[in-house]
Amino acid sequence: MYEFDWSSIPGALPLLGKGLLVTLEVTLTAIVVGIGWGTLLAVARLSSNRLLSFLAAGYVNLFRSVPLVMVILWFYLIVPQALKGLFGQDIGDIRLVSALVAFALFEAAYYSEIIRAGIQSVPKGQVAAGLALGLTPGQTMRLVVLPQAFRNMIPLLLTQAIILFQDTSLVYVIGLSDFFGTAYKVGDRDGRLVELLLFAGAAYFVICFTVSRLVKHLQARFIK
Amino acid sequence: MIEIKNVSKWYGQFQVLTDCTTEVKKGEVVVVCGPSGSGKSTLIKCVNGLEPFQQGDIVVNGTSVGDPRTNLSKLRSHVGMVFQHFELFPHMTITDNLTIAQVKVLGRSREEATDKGLKLLDRVGLKAHAHKHPGQLSGGQQQRVAIARALAMDPICMLFDEPTSALDPEMINEVLDVMVELAQEGMTMMCVTHEMGFARKVAHRVIFMDQGRIVEDAAKDDFFGKPHSERAQQFLAKILQH
Amino acid sequence: MNYNWNWSVFLTPVPSGETTYLGWLFTGLQWTVALSLSAWVIALVVGSIVGVLRTVPNRWLSSFAAVYVECFRNVPLLVQLFSWYFVLPELLPPALGNAYKQSDPLLQQFLAAMLCLGLFTAARVAEQVRAGIESLPRGQKNAGLAMGFTLAQVYRHVLLPMAFRIIVPPLTSEFLNIFKNSAVATTIGLIELSRQAQQLVDYTAQPYEAFIAVTLLYVCINVTVMFLMRRLEEKVRVPGFIGGK
Repeated sequence: MYEFDWSSIPGALPLLGKGLLVTLEVTLTAIVVGIGWGTLLAVARLSSNRLLSFLAAGYVNLFRSVPLVMVILWFYLIVPQALKGLFGQDIGDIRLVSALVAFALFEAAYYSEIIRAGIQSVPKGQVAAGLALGLTPGQTMRLVVLPQAFRNMIPLLLTQAIILFQDTSLVYVIGLSDFFGTAYKVGDRDGRLVELLLFAGAAYFVICFTVSRLVKHLQARFIK
Repeated sequence: MIEIKNVSKWYGQFQVLTDCTTEVKKGEVVVVCGPSGSGKSTLIKCVNGLEPFQQGDIVVNGTSVGDPRTNLSKLRSHVGMVFQHFELFPHMTITDNLTIAQVKVLGRSREEATDKGLKLLDRVGLKAHAHKHPGQLSGGQQQRVAIARALAMDPICMLFDEPTSALDPEMINEVLDVMVELAQEGMTMMCVTHEMGFARKVAHRVIFMDQGRIVEDAAKDDFFGKPHSERAQQFLAKILQH
Repeated sequence: MNYNWNWSVFLTPVPSGETTYLGWLFTGLQWTVALSLSAWVIALVVGSIVGVLRTVPNRWLSSFAAVYVECFRNVPLLVQLFSWYFVLPELLPPALGNAYKQSDPLLQQFLAAMLCLGLFTAARVAEQVRAGIESLPRGQKNAGLAMGFTLAQVYRHVLLPMAFRIIVPPLTSEFLNIFKNSAVATTIGLIELSRQAQQLVDYTAQPYEAFIAVTLLYVCINVTVMFLMRRLEEKVRVPGFIGGK
């Protein structure tokens, strides 16, 4: 039988903590930029401007049909090369930056679909009422539609954030030391991969399970 | 005040309005009635440009609604509208509902807007509810707030789109009372409604629509006395039975 | 930018000479499809069972199903994959573990990825199945029981046929997800599509062509699956219901 040896974990905690910070950095950036850019995409997609809505739909559908791993690799292997070609100089270690960009642009596509559904869930009469009061279409969207849409979407946005938090572990493919990457490296170094993987899994579980409970709680309070 | 000239409108192939012509003079109260699907709601939504139309023109207080150069937001800011489903903004308090457009559109200060809003809220008898959210009010109360919200913009005329048809019967009168009072004060009003009691009491003219056309456009007494068209007679007979 | 586009790179032979780079892409596509489809079978079977268990009156069974779903939903796919690939063989009885470790590496990678993707997606399918069953009016179950059906028969003849029709659209998106998620298998070295993209970057001087081709292949998979699922949706439509005639 396999004999567990957890002794390499306590010493690795500071390193793991650093990794967790990278994970959180990628997650939060992707949430903030993703929701901002995703909102613009959703509004563009619903706009009466054909070209704008076509471009937004194209962006969203492209990102949603390609695996996240591929997107991360695109922004690590391919885009920097193009930039290097343009600026003609070495850019240094771009792993973190490329991961941030890849996740933000990728998540925006998913967030925009959630936000689009949220916007569409607001009754049309609300738009008419806003316009009838003399608000411009832009003001109506900003003051009347989006606040209601976001309120309806909060549980879905948070659920997506939990998925995103888990997905950031995929930065492993570009060798970035996030929480998971660090756990793997420590396990590999000490020959204790089994323990470190189980530890990482348990840590993710505790965090995600707790947050998803909170979301459920929140949801129950919002839907009265 | 409102001139509607030969307005026609299509949804794709389907014609919803055919050559509608009428007017509402300053201080006049005009009731628009007709069976469901007759185009009356569509017509009133054309007046402030919420629905576009393909032919004809509507002129409100000298401004053409159909002209693409017209600043529709500006025009709407002084044409009040009340909707069938109230359409108060559920995420804002009653006070915020009353003030948002005053502040954002008319550029009034928050205090001035709140002052004005609360005055009107008091007028419709709901001052005590200022801090609540729309979801905490009954339908009749919500509709009275919606009327106050429209009045807060100092409108030159008011459009009512079936303001009582989503209400429980016992709440209809509280809304109609507010409307009657408005009419008696000389507000220019165009009302899509089936409330013939209201029409009898305050309307100057009644317009009857059927299948996208204005079939009858007569002074109140003529309309209730003896409508010309058979469709209007049938409609009246049905509605007055109740 | 002075990049030399060269799409004919796909027709040049690989270093070992046995096939072309296009052949590599094709192999990758085959592994991606094989992995996704076999994992989908596991996901559907296990997911349906777990989803049904979540709705049965027996508390033990429904809690077991709930625990299953929470475990697989709250741990990243990558951690799950590494657990199947690195951890499980260590924890198996030595004979079995060794037999696994001595088998063809490609087989090891495929088995681990298939089990991982299948059971991961099963948790998501289970949630859809549960939602589908719970969306049916309660009266349906009672009507079935009142006719003398056993609970199992009620599920078999009344609840599941309707629930599965309702959840075709969300299942479509899970089916699409499984193809996308299969790319994670690149991390344990399975030569599926996204691994081949990386290989082409390493072996040829034409990274753009490689990545564009692989990205387009994923888009094609997506479009094909959506087309097929839409056909299925039309086929199972019930008149008088959402989307029915």
